[in-house]
Amino acid sequence: MFAGDQNGLQGDPRLKAISEAIRVVPHFPKPGIMFQDITTLLLDHKAFKDAVDIFVDRYRDMDISVVAGVEARGFMFGPSIALAIGAKFVPLRKPRKLPGEVISEAYVLEYGTDCLEMHVGAVQPGERALVIDDLVATGGTLCAAIRLLERVGAQVVECACVVGLREVKGQHRLNGKPLYILVEPRQLTNCSAPSVNGVAVNGVETCRHNDLYLSAT
Amino acid sequence: MFQDITTLLLDPKAFKDTVDLFVERYKGKDISVVAGIEARGFIFGPPIALEIGAKFVPLRKPKKLPGKVISEEYVLEYGRDCLEMHVGAVEPGERALVVDDLIATGGTLCAAMKLLERVGADVVECACVIELPDLKGRERLNGKPLYVLVESH
Repeated sequence: MFAGDQNGLQGDPRLKAISEAIRVVPHFPKPGIMFQDITTLLLDHKAFKDAVDIFVDRYRDMDISVVAGVEARGFMFGPSIALAIGAKFVPLRKPRKLPGEVISEAYVLEYGTDCLEMHVGAVQPGERALVIDDLVATGGTLCAAIRLLERVGAQVVECACVVGLREVKGQHRLNGKPLYILVEPRQLTNCSAPSVNGVAVNGVETCRHNDLYLSAT
Repeated sequence: MFQDITTLLLDPKAFKDTVDLFVERYKGKDISVVAGIEARGFIFGPPIALEIGAKFVPLRKPKKLPGKVISEEYVLEYGRDCLEMHVGAVEPGERALVVDDLIATGGTLCAAMKLLERVGADVVECACVIELPDLKGRERLNGKPLYVLVESH
């Protein structure tokens, strides 16, 4: 679901400013990909704060005790949300970054696989969790994140992203979990490209799973 | 002996106190940029930036930032690494804070400071949660002040 469809945020000028603060970088990391660069959002203090506030307003009364952020851009949004709602922050990391005992979840890329890890003991059974990342494209990384949390008995309440398409692979949910997105990806008006971070803008996948591009986080 | 800050993040009160200590120090000091070093600097930097009214600038490993970048190489125990920042993220004359979870030898912080200084920013201070003072990283900061919350010997 989109923030603009919910919470009385339709036509909310904050969402427009958040969308416009995100820079589109064409043909990164490879030709045909219109990369949604959130670093420009972070340079706009008001828009960045508004993005965090919209998430905080949504989640503060949902009894969430864990905010899990996907490395590395999930780290830029997750902690602020966690602090505001009184939850702990759990980083979900690429292999061999976390120093303690971990559980790992592999996921499929266009070519090959990647892996997400979480510290054993960071999350307890029964905890209510939010997963956060900057963007969702194919949903592969977020699905791996959901599986990690569910494997330790947590309940994933929702996945939250700043940018994403209305549907991921034709679904509004990821593994049955709701997805909450602030804004849709933008195109450059003078640049035609078949896909956005690997998923075609009209919602139909033109290429195979492209978490390769998301894994460059 | 690895200093693992992830357990600090599991304690909402302690994590909030950590951020609050930095915010109290830097609020009202006219700092417009908080630059955080990948990846654990991304955990502490943005909450500080949001509270003090500054922008957040991620300093990243090579080839992660999508736009035009400037790069600063630095020496590791074996070999070299590189830190990058987006061109245009920071303007000349801006007052900047550099944030990371920990300072050891100071090599990464030094590279971070150089990136900011190359675009004409004024690095006001480097801020870390933990210092390993035996590694003398403080001395590699070209006289820039360092503020840490805890030391670990």
